[in-house]
Amino acid sequence: MVSFLQAVAPVAKEMPHGSLPLGYTFHFYLFGLFAIVSALLFVTRKSPVAAALWLVNTMFSLAALYVLLDAQFIGAIQVLVYAGAIMVVFLFVIMLLNLGHGVGGDIRSIGWKIVAGAVGLAIVAEIFAVTKAKTAVTLTLPADFVAKQIDATGAIAPIAAPLFNEYLLAFEVTSILLLAAVVGAVVLGKQRGESGTQDAG
Amino acid sequence: MLAEALFFSAALFAIGVFGVLIRRNAIIVFMCVELMLNAVNLSFVAFAEAYGVAGQVFVFFVMTVAAAEAAVGLAIIIALFRHRQTVDLTNINLLKG
Repeated sequence: MVSFLQAVAPVAKEMPHGSLPLGYTFHFYLFGLFAIVSALLFVTRKSPVAAALWLVNTMFSLAALYVLLDAQFIGAIQVLVYAGAIMVVFLFVIMLLNLGHGVGGDIRSIGWKIVAGAVGLAIVAEIFAVTKAKTAVTLTLPADFVAKQIDATGAIAPIAAPLFNEYLLAFEVTSILLLAAVVGAVVLGKQRGESGTQDAG
Repeated sequence: MLAEALFFSAALFAIGVFGVLIRRNAIIVFMCVELMLNAVNLSFVAFAEAYGVAGQVFVFFVMTVAAAEAAVGLAIIIALFRHRQTVDLTNINLLKG
């Protein structure tokens, strides 16, 4: 079964770099704008549930961008872990704390908005200045290097090989981090004793 | 597509910062932090296309840390809510001088 994006992406591989087909460019801009519009709606919605659902929308758009950027595995993980697991946990907490009503909203006053807008624009300007920097030519891979790697060995093998060789220590440390986070979350979320006495947790 | 991806990444990151500054609901502030992490992931994936697949490995680690952070952060928010009956950040000012 060939999905729509898979149907678009291989065409991009055949073209020389710099002259991508119109469909590819169109979808790239479409999902990028979709992500930004969803993110703007996310930060301006009063209801926490609506905000969370717009954030899910942003994450789906980002997953589409990852697929267009030759990161199919990361796109799948984005949908499963971020949009699927993390956002469901957020929605569960909103439900548990009964915050879904959004009484009066929680957006700060106009002064804060001006400060926040200035800080946001400053960060955008800063990042634009950084993207003008030149990188060493020796660092740059030949065009479509990653795409060819994925064509040769599949989408997961090029990620798995460095993950379990060069970055094995980081991978193992991550497992300890996750264990500590799970234990910490259980301890923090545990109900205190009925009579106000702290239990052994 | 590197320049476009970096543009989208910068915009999303700035929107995340904007959200952290204008919202008072701790859960939404927390979701804005997740948005900023996602923006950085987009940069990593875009660079991975040009400079090698290691960038995608970093995205993997960022997602793991984000999952751990979400678990602990939400547990803290629940503990805070139990203590204060609110998640409004203006009411959580124990460290304010």
